[in-house]
Amino acid sequence: MLYDLLIAPFVEFEFMRRALVGMLALSFGAAPIGVFLMLRRMSLTGDAMAHAILPGAALGFLVAGFDLFAMTLGGIAAGFAVAIGAGVVARATELKEDASLAAFYLVSLALGVLIVSMRGSNIDLLHVLFGSVLALDDATLVLIASFATVTLFVLAVAWRPLVLECVDPGFLRSVSRAGAPAHIAFLALVVLNLVGGFHALGTLLSVGIMMLPAIAARFWATDLTRMIVISVVVAFVSGYGGLLVSYHFAAPSGPAIILVAGAIYIVSLVFGPVGGLRRRFAPGRHLEA
Amino acid sequence: MITRRLIVAGAVALAVTPAFAQEKLPVVATFSILGDLVKNVGGERISLTTLVGPDGDAHVYSATPSDAKNVAGAKAIITNGLGFEGWLNRLIKASNAKAPVVAATRGVKVRKAAGGHSHGHSHDDMDPHAWQSVENAKIYVTNIRDALSAADPAGRAEYETNAKAYLEKLDALDKEIRTAVAAISAARRKVITSHDAFAYFKAAYGVDFIAPQGVSTESEASARDVAQIIRQIKAQKVPAVFLENISDPRLVKRIADETGAKVGGTLYSDALSDEKGPAGTYIDMMRHNLRQFAEALSS
Repeated sequence: MLYDLLIAPFVEFEFMRRALVGMLALSFGAAPIGVFLMLRRMSLTGDAMAHAILPGAALGFLVAGFDLFAMTLGGIAAGFAVAIGAGVVARATELKEDASLAAFYLVSLALGVLIVSMRGSNIDLLHVLFGSVLALDDATLVLIASFATVTLFVLAVAWRPLVLECVDPGFLRSVSRAGAPAHIAFLALVVLNLVGGFHALGTLLSVGIMMLPAIAARFWATDLTRMIVISVVVAFVSGYGGLLVSYHFAAPSGPAIILVAGAIYIVSLVFGPVGGLRRRFAPGRHLEA
Repeated sequence: MITRRLIVAGAVALAVTPAFAQEKLPVVATFSILGDLVKNVGGERISLTTLVGPDGDAHVYSATPSDAKNVAGAKAIITNGLGFEGWLNRLIKASNAKAPVVAATRGVKVRKAAGGHSHGHSHDDMDPHAWQSVENAKIYVTNIRDALSAADPAGRAEYETNAKAYLEKLDALDKEIRTAVAAISAARRKVITSHDAFAYFKAAYGVDFIAPQGVSTESEASARDVAQIIRQIKAQKVPAVFLENISDPRLVKRIADETGAKVGGTLYSDALSDEKGPAGTYIDMMRHNLRQFAEALSS
């Protein structure tokens, strides 16, 4: 019974196994990035960057159809362009970075929809916006897994400056010149993981698997390392649970995955030991001073 | 002064031109496939209005005021019949049309519709998609010829010549389909499809159409839909699948990789494509579908 519910779909169908592996790889790459984004109060930056990827991926689609290489390259190029463009505008003008990001991503979104519509139908647009986690082929899996590998490697190398920039950027600047390169490497990782997630979940939802597990993890740990581990677990459980929901209840798979992540977030919000609602409003006896 | 004279002249010309055009017989056909057959028989002698145009769904059509006007002015109204145009009676009543309404399927051997009809209204259990067999299309053509001749006796000779030439083309098409199907080995002549319009094709040419089970084809494919399709392909050893909602080429490829079945392209069943499309005429539509089947089923 339990076997039929939880395991049999993956034993019987290869596409389910592939989707699961894809979600595992995504969890390892995207969730830690999400934690850093959240701690640096850049949660919405991820969202803006995800939209910024669309016109690039759409250009790739325009040139080559649903071609992995073209869409990846286009997405990465567009993501970098917007990240760098927003940074330059913020430094060169009066505009704050969040405002310029908002401007960039709105333009990108509109442009992307326009470009996809030039070549394909509304259906194609839906596929680009929402991805196809059920249709991961070898090349796509390898791509997502290598993005995750690069992410973990760069995080390991640039761990200290990255953490310092989260807590005390002023201090980091006074003791080291690693801040700027670390920041740029970090933005690159954000783009990379969003593009990886885009193949599975589409441009609109790929940021969901990045941010929701990270925000949920915030309620369970104060220690950064533990927070990251929890976020990876939450992301993978969301992927696994979402695929099962899609399998048993015939729900579209991408939204199902993100909604499971959302449910975990709400549970964490209520029951999380670190600043959760229950702790705040109905503290246990052992917490009394 | 000059401009006023021009305007008057223009008004006179406008008043005269329609009268000139009236010499053509105004005919209404209900949907694009039927319209193409009528056009082939009527040729230059008729001015044809097709109510439900290319890529339109005649099942869920709602009439516009200009349609009512066309119906009211028509000298012949050609329909498919068999309950296909459930909306037509109301339109005829509302527009006060006097022209005879001719069902092109008169004389066709009617098949019962498969159970659990999904169009949301009753066809009285009759399957109206009779044109999917070329033999039936030939009956359509003779009915159309007789209807046009009755409405316009002076054109009888021309209608008969046109119909004869077109019937010969249909005979060739019928042979073409039979030859192509014969080239597919008998065990492979089956496809899974969500289209419910191919019962006449199945009866005429012996290609089996199996409905996908437990699959919702109205929305984006879910993991369960994909799983069901894969299961059914494996269980019934079906060589090809045609599904409207599985259009993402990546998903199509995944299903194909996992089952060895081919996932075919677009089929046209209830309406023609526009003129530039692959199924701009009845003959092109049948050829297009045939090519899709042949490509997907040949090993």
